[in-house]
Amino acid sequence: MDSYDASESTPRQSTSLRPEDYFIGATFLQKRLESVRKQTSFIPTPPRRKIPHCSQLQEDVDPQKVAFLLHKQWTLYSLTPLYKFSYSNLKEYSRLLNAFIVAEKQKGLAVEVGEDFNVKVIFSTVLGIKGTQRDPEAFLVQILSKSQLPSENREGKVLWTGWFCCIFGDSLLETVSEDFTCLPLFLANGAESNTAIIGTWFQKTFDCYFSPLAINAFNLSWMAAMWTACKMDHYVATTEFLWSVPCSPQSLDISYAIHPEDAKALWDSVHKTPGEVTQEEVDLFMDCLYSHFHRHFKIHLSATRLVRVSTSVASAHTDGKIKILCHKYLIGVLAYLTELAIFQIE
Amino acid sequence: MSVLRPLDKLPSLNTATILLVGTEDALLQQLADSMLKEDCTSELKVHLAKSLPLPSSVNRPRIDLIVFVVNLHSKYSLQNTEESLRHVDASFFLGKVCFLATGAGRESHCSIHRHTVVKLAHTYQSPLLYCDLEVPCSWVPTSLSLLTWLAQGLSEWPGSQASAALTDG
Repeated sequence: MDSYDASESTPRQSTSLRPEDYFIGATFLQKRLESVRKQTSFIPTPPRRKIPHCSQLQEDVDPQKVAFLLHKQWTLYSLTPLYKFSYSNLKEYSRLLNAFIVAEKQKGLAVEVGEDFNVKVIFSTVLGIKGTQRDPEAFLVQILSKSQLPSENREGKVLWTGWFCCIFGDSLLETVSEDFTCLPLFLANGAESNTAIIGTWFQKTFDCYFSPLAINAFNLSWMAAMWTACKMDHYVATTEFLWSVPCSPQSLDISYAIHPEDAKALWDSVHKTPGEVTQEEVDLFMDCLYSHFHRHFKIHLSATRLVRVSTSVASAHTDGKIKILCHKYLIGVLAYLTELAIFQIE
Repeated sequence: MSVLRPLDKLPSLNTATILLVGTEDALLQQLADSMLKEDCTSELKVHLAKSLPLPSSVNRPRIDLIVFVVNLHSKYSLQNTEESLRHVDASFFLGKVCFLATGAGRESHCSIHRHTVVKLAHTYQSPLLYCDLEVPCSWVPTSLSLLTWLAQGLSEWPGSQASAALTDG
């Protein structure tokens, strides 16, 4: 999860044949071992991260096209690489998934009163949501309700949306073979029953595995610092934190709201190296908030658990829920989430 | 401010004393009870403290092992440990200090990164044990590890009789 100093690409293998070359996937195994060795170095260097800024690929992203991704609450999952997935077969996948959904619903597994069985599934690619050229294209799956009227131009209501993406997934892309497509981050919006059905179909068809992505308090404080560091023209929301205090019989929630400009001023006073965020700066930023709160209320927030962070850029909840508010920093937010997803897979 | 020194008191006969330092009272109590249940031929005393320095007014035996309990779910417990470490004499770190990190099992609740405690243990040249004190079945193996470390620490200091007695038990 920590990004250590960027790993240089492994040197090319020598051309002389060695016994390892006869084993399929030996080079991939070696790369995996090297990446594991890097992670278990005994004295870890403090992690540093780049502040998310507009990358050159961002210009390809049409704000209109990604507008539907903003202001929606997405549930996060990490996904292992898909086996033999092809972008040219999207129509075929739509058809198969459609049939699967209808069959599952008729089985009575997801029984809801008044359920409309006339659904349409659409697979489509979303251009421009990637970190580097190596990242695979993001794609989107939508379930729409088919309109009862035969008129063609009446598009149904979107019932469920899910999209797969990979931003700066180099550490994972290096370790898998050509047959696999790596899209470790999956975001879903809609009924939980639909997510389960779609998940089952993907797992059966592409031999992959979904697991819910939880965000712990450590990562939430990193997100708070990185998003506060983002330069914004105008702030659309206050910066808000929510802590959960474990006590019996019911847990207590503490909410702390700050004016976003004050939060940015605090960050600027803590921040030293331009363009980078270090562990010390994140800790200092959070400690300032904790000590201010302690001075007024005599409560040690550091003994409680941070569960929600909300800024003008995005808001995240520890259960793995995210809402992105600003299209300018969309790639930056997704990059960090991809890193967490890859860490969970590994 | 009094600093804990390993040799400022005379050793007691057939007795070993462990000091547990940590902010989580309930967890420390459970661990102490579990250690006292273990079979030892010599006497084992367990003291609990929220933080150091200890009040000098209390008459206590010589401390043979200090265990700093860090709860990975709480940054406050790490800050408390760092503060307490300042009140321990340097010679204690020659085998009489141990760090215990609890809560690594529930990754979703962690506020501190595992590497922070690894670095702390490395800085103070002391061992780091991982456990989950909230899970009852981990108390016995954790107690046994700590008692083994206590015995080892005692055997490195000449003239202590308690170590041989502990390892027999």
